[in-house]
Amino acid sequence: MSERRQITLTINGTVHSGQVEPRKLLVDFLREDLGLTGSHVGCEHGICGACTILVNGESARSCLMLAVQANGAELMTVEGLAEDGKLHPLQAAFWEHHGLQCGFCTPGMLMAAYDLLQTNPTPSEEEIRAGVSAVLCRCTGYQGIVQAIQAAAEKLRARGDGR
Amino acid sequence: MEEFTPKIVGARVKRREDRRLLTGQGAYVDDHHPPGMLHAAFLRSPCAHARITQLDPAAAQTLEGVVAVVTGKELARWVKPVRAASKMREYKETGFPPLAIDKVRHVGEAVAVVVAESRYLAEDALEHIVVEYDPLPAVADAEEASRPEAPVLHEDAGSNVLLSREFARGDVDAAVEAAAVRVRARFRFRRHAAVCMENRGCLADYNTGTSELTLRSATQCPGLLRDALADLLDMPEHCIRVVAADVGGGFGAKSSLYPEEITLCAVTRRLERPIKWISDRREDLMTTTQAWDEVVDAELGLQADGTIVGLRADVTTDIGAYSIYPWTATVEPIQTISFLSGPYRMPHYRGRNRGVATCKAPMGPYRGVGRPITTFVLEGLMDRAARKLNMDAAELRLKNYIQADEFPYKTPSGLVWDQASLTECMQKAREVLDYYTTKQWRIQARAEGRWVGIGFATYIELTGVGSAIPVSPGMPISTGTEAAFLRVDPSGTVTAAFSVAPQGQGHETALAQVVADALGVSLDDVRVICGDTALAPHGTGTYASRSAVLAGGAAIRAGQALKEKALKIAGHMMESNPADLDMQDSLVFVCDKPERTLPFREVAKTAYAGLRRLPEDMEPGLEVTRFYDPFFGTASSATHVTVVEVDKETYAVKIQRYIVVEDCGRIINPLIVDGQVRGGVAQGIGAALYEEVVYDEQGQLLTGSLVDYLVPTASELLPIEVHHIETPSPTTLGGFRGMGEGGTIGAPAAIANAVSDALSHLGIEINEIPITPDKLFRLVREAENAR
Repeated sequence: MSERRQITLTINGTVHSGQVEPRKLLVDFLREDLGLTGSHVGCEHGICGACTILVNGESARSCLMLAVQANGAELMTVEGLAEDGKLHPLQAAFWEHHGLQCGFCTPGMLMAAYDLLQTNPTPSEEEIRAGVSAVLCRCTGYQGIVQAIQAAAEKLRARGDGR
Repeated sequence: MEEFTPKIVGARVKRREDRRLLTGQGAYVDDHHPPGMLHAAFLRSPCAHARITQLDPAAAQTLEGVVAVVTGKELARWVKPVRAASKMREYKETGFPPLAIDKVRHVGEAVAVVVAESRYLAEDALEHIVVEYDPLPAVADAEEASRPEAPVLHEDAGSNVLLSREFARGDVDAAVEAAAVRVRARFRFRRHAAVCMENRGCLADYNTGTSELTLRSATQCPGLLRDALADLLDMPEHCIRVVAADVGGGFGAKSSLYPEEITLCAVTRRLERPIKWISDRREDLMTTTQAWDEVVDAELGLQADGTIVGLRADVTTDIGAYSIYPWTATVEPIQTISFLSGPYRMPHYRGRNRGVATCKAPMGPYRGVGRPITTFVLEGLMDRAARKLNMDAAELRLKNYIQADEFPYKTPSGLVWDQASLTECMQKAREVLDYYTTKQWRIQARAEGRWVGIGFATYIELTGVGSAIPVSPGMPISTGTEAAFLRVDPSGTVTAAFSVAPQGQGHETALAQVVADALGVSLDDVRVICGDTALAPHGTGTYASRSAVLAGGAAIRAGQALKEKALKIAGHMMESNPADLDMQDSLVFVCDKPERTLPFREVAKTAYAGLRRLPEDMEPGLEVTRFYDPFFGTASSATHVTVVEVDKETYAVKIQRYIVVEDCGRIINPLIVDGQVRGGVAQGIGAALYEEVVYDEQGQLLTGSLVDYLVPTASELLPIEVHHIETPSPTTLGGFRGMGEGGTIGAPAAIANAVSDALSHLGIEINEIPITPDKLFRLVREAENAR
């Protein structure tokens, strides 16, 4: 067992500190040490995207980062999407359009969609499909997901807010 | 039994499951961390076939943080051997030890388990186990494995051919040989993986104080596991609880009993601490049951006018290294020859099958079992026949479908189709496609040199199977019943518990709709609990498109029974004849004086108030358990039609339209039904164009990551157009038919037929999936060279 390192990072606006082994994956730190089990582990080789989170505002695979690499970073996970119990328009749209079945990919899919709409608030269907193609869903055939992201994009535009 | 009248059944109700899943509050196995929990990692064989000559865990056992290392021989003292039994003749039963003993038979087979304070430490310790293998010749091809000189995997079976069976009707050889038109081909489905986004995993916890063993598992079948574990561990069954809370996809691959579940249960009893194992993706691709891997030689005979006279087929199924419990290695092979006669009148038929063991992961059930390949074969032959007869592909099908007045129709293998809408589905599919305009477009596009094609596939399948037919032949367990437990609280809210256990199919919503209608309460007053054997009545789980039919039927029976009692109590309270009362939306009313009402919550409160308030001789309380057995089961059917273009530069197949017209009987929730169809088609498209589990000749797995095993992303898929013919089943309570698998059944056949159509000018006929660009390139090159 190698020596533990002290890390401090901000997750969904809250500062967290912890002692971690240098080899510990960021997603394992989130899930095991902080109890933030919304981010899922589906492949541990950066393909399935279930563990997608935002690191300093950009989407990243939390299974391909070490926890120590996130020291000092600002993270956003699926747990940070809803505000005061009110679902984010993306979450509401996924619900309305049946954008999830088993729900395992959903946290990563939501974060990928969030990242997409940050950079492209008016995506075409093709851009949405490309934008979430880094997250695999085995249940839905993606149709409800694409519709949900289209609907959420409209709602966010109407709200005049990229978030 | 009172007629079932749908009210909220049929409505597009948003799913109750979703709020927790959207906010990161799902409760998958890996989300549980009981105090004192240990982590397991499995040592897995790198050899496809070998004797274990040395296995010494001593060095690993002494490492810091390691609590135990257990080998197969040790484990065998704690659990009975697993044997997937079947009464089927011509089936050779074999063992499947949870940890290998003396010998390994496929890459990835578990050889030992390390239990440690963290998964990181457990995996470290695997490297310190001393293990030596003496490699044996491997067999990775079913044809080779079936030869007498092939190395034998299971010595006690004496041969790798572990099963064979034949279904026949009439004199097929005479009929086919005398037929005016004969078409034959060798069809092949390559090996397929379910790739649930959540890998398998389980958490076993033995409480010494109560002697209760709790297994949380990513399984489709908690009830089935509980029955099996009680026997294998020799424990009283009421001391075992199996929980499948949120499960991240199943598709059949999580319906079997797995070695890791048995191992963790046995070891937690010894260590008296909770132990968790979560598969990584590589382990999942190496050890989760895989599908298909079948070769079918089939020949169809027709009269000159296109009437089918007979079909004969020989099927070889590569069943992998072990027969999986409880379905056995017969599950795919036997269903293949059961369903091969398809949706057509089939006077003469013979289907023969053999299942051959090879050094690959065990074959198990996967969405559609048997039916994706039988649809691929028969619908492929129909298109070949249409081309030979110069008939329209749709017309040839319409001519041969089992007609409305021929139901119930007994198939050559003895299945009974209660009713189906074959003609209606095809007619609607042609209409949605605008078939004649599309055919005109095809002529034009071809004139421009484009490779475009249209492909149809019709299937009929058996769903909601009751006790008349075991889900897998000769199986010693019963799969024909499910139950519903309903409890009304004194406040009038209802808890409904079921043994079916979903992995995304929305049972919590759909079954609540059924309960609300059957009992007459508002939807918000019903809460559904699935997948926990401590709360549910006895049952097995969710598989084989059975939950809507079996659990839905049980919900109707239970809801109606409770309603009857509630109305008796209400009659007593309202001084009315219960026969004059009804209840809707949690309000009792007098049928011919609807202004006279009584809230259901008052009835519920009274039910628990004791004898003084109740009708004479009535037992207090308001809860009930009812079982349902649909006996034969009911047919679901659909026609898929797709339009594709093959890119002349890249040889990629681009799907331009995909239409499904299906009849799944009375629809409980259209949102969920459409989602299931689309998701099923997506998996069928993946199978048709991208996905293949590849083993080399030595039985080494070449597709051990998602870089190598290609699952379609959003960019590969398109909107699927779903339409319904809604004909309530004449044989099931509520008129429901199962529909979770259909999408995957139709898609490979429709796509292959469309690609064959697109390349028909070259005489190319697709007989194998996946249809990858390199295969198409070779086919086109060969066809051009042959000219």
